[in-house]
Amino acid sequence: MDKRIATLSDAVAPIKDGATIMIGGFGGSGAPIELIHALIDHGPKDLTIINNNAGNGHVGIAAMIEQNMVRKMICSFPRSADPRAFTERYLGGQIELDIVPQGTLAERIRAGGAGIPAFYTPTGYGTELAEGKHVEEFDGKHYVRERWLKADFALIKAEVGDTMGNLTYRMAARNFSPIMATAAAHTVAQVSSLVPPGGIDPEDVITPGIFVDGVTEVSNPQQEEALNRAEAVYP
Amino acid sequence: MSANLDIIKLSNAQIAWRAAQDIEDGAYVNLGIGFPEMVAKFQPEGREAVFHTENGVLGFGPAPAPGDEDWDLINAGKKAITLKPGSAFFHHADSFAMVRGGHLDVAILGAYQVAQNGDLANWSTGKGGVPAVGGAMDLVHGAKRVAVITDHVTKKGDPKLVQACTMPLTGVGCVTRVYTSLAVVDVEGGHFVLREKLPQISFADLQAVTGGELNTDGPVADLAVPEL
Repeated sequence: MDKRIATLSDAVAPIKDGATIMIGGFGGSGAPIELIHALIDHGPKDLTIINNNAGNGHVGIAAMIEQNMVRKMICSFPRSADPRAFTERYLGGQIELDIVPQGTLAERIRAGGAGIPAFYTPTGYGTELAEGKHVEEFDGKHYVRERWLKADFALIKAEVGDTMGNLTYRMAARNFSPIMATAAAHTVAQVSSLVPPGGIDPEDVITPGIFVDGVTEVSNPQQEEALNRAEAVYP
Repeated sequence: MSANLDIIKLSNAQIAWRAAQDIEDGAYVNLGIGFPEMVAKFQPEGREAVFHTENGVLGFGPAPAPGDEDWDLINAGKKAITLKPGSAFFHHADSFAMVRGGHLDVAILGAYQVAQNGDLANWSTGKGGVPAVGGAMDLVHGAKRVAVITDHVTKKGDPKLVQACTMPLTGVGCVTRVYTSLAVVDVEGGHFVLREKLPQISFADLQAVTGGELNTDGPVADLAVPEL
């Protein structure tokens, strides 16, 4: 079994217009910048993007939005140091927003990956984000029913990957990536270091390879926050 | 009277200091983005709290020195942090299992409005713009104790402790204690119960800048805070 993908452009080539894509990262931490930029070069349109945020500055997801590739954002916090790319298009009606509480977003993705079509959470009960949703009382407390969330693709950044798709992460860059890997029909990870099977101690594996369809090596990956602090622009 | 209040009221650092005094030794604590982050600076001597951040770190420490930032090591406010011995990383579903599962002892958040029944409004002014909720709605239904730190009134002088929230709710009946720039107020049984107030303000004057009725069920202590 060898899940290596030779190039970034090969990694994103299957992504077509209209696709729903989960993209790992919380702010700049864990953002798979090289995969996102390869996707911009590939250029599919009408995409639905699932991420905690909605881009910052002029790289990564913000750059996708600036290229008018994104029809809808599903996220918890579409604000950042420089959210202009999203904000302008949202207020102009060119991009749709589905705002989801952060923990509900995480659990919807987890449920999607775990084959659980719906679940109940106290989060959002009595607020406008629960309007129209089924509410049920358990043991005297109210809970809102939320649906699973799945995607056609997940693009994630990991630290070490082996050719079977087993992954480790770096510090808080882990965030959404392990659950997104489970919830997408096709998950591609860019890894800073690609090793043969056995190169990762099984005790250290965070994402087992069964959840990963492709790995591509990007040594010395760019960090979104660092790019934004350098005022980088893509393309 | 508002000029008078501006002179006597506590600074944000002093409000944060007061909130920090109630964090027990060994508590797992989540501090909201912005002003609440300041609470971590005032941990009382001899007590150790473990700080949780939604994006997947438990046991983090203060910001690193400028130039030492590692942007893969950040808190929910996207600010660089450091690690303390015994810290841990985890993914987002585990992070919110800690929140919703009742494993956090305290969450301390900011507020636009707190109602006397414990309703909290702190995520949207309801005036359009771009809505952004983050983890606030999860935190208010997860931690064993949900406290708010806030100015007692808005910049315009309107009460932030109100009978009923007029802004979009973050959570229903979730706040248990409010630390303001003038007082410490508990929410109990659908009422505000005054626990401490600045000695320079009378009960009547405090009531006048509070939207809901202030109740007492015993002596009200002086709100005593050091110069910071």
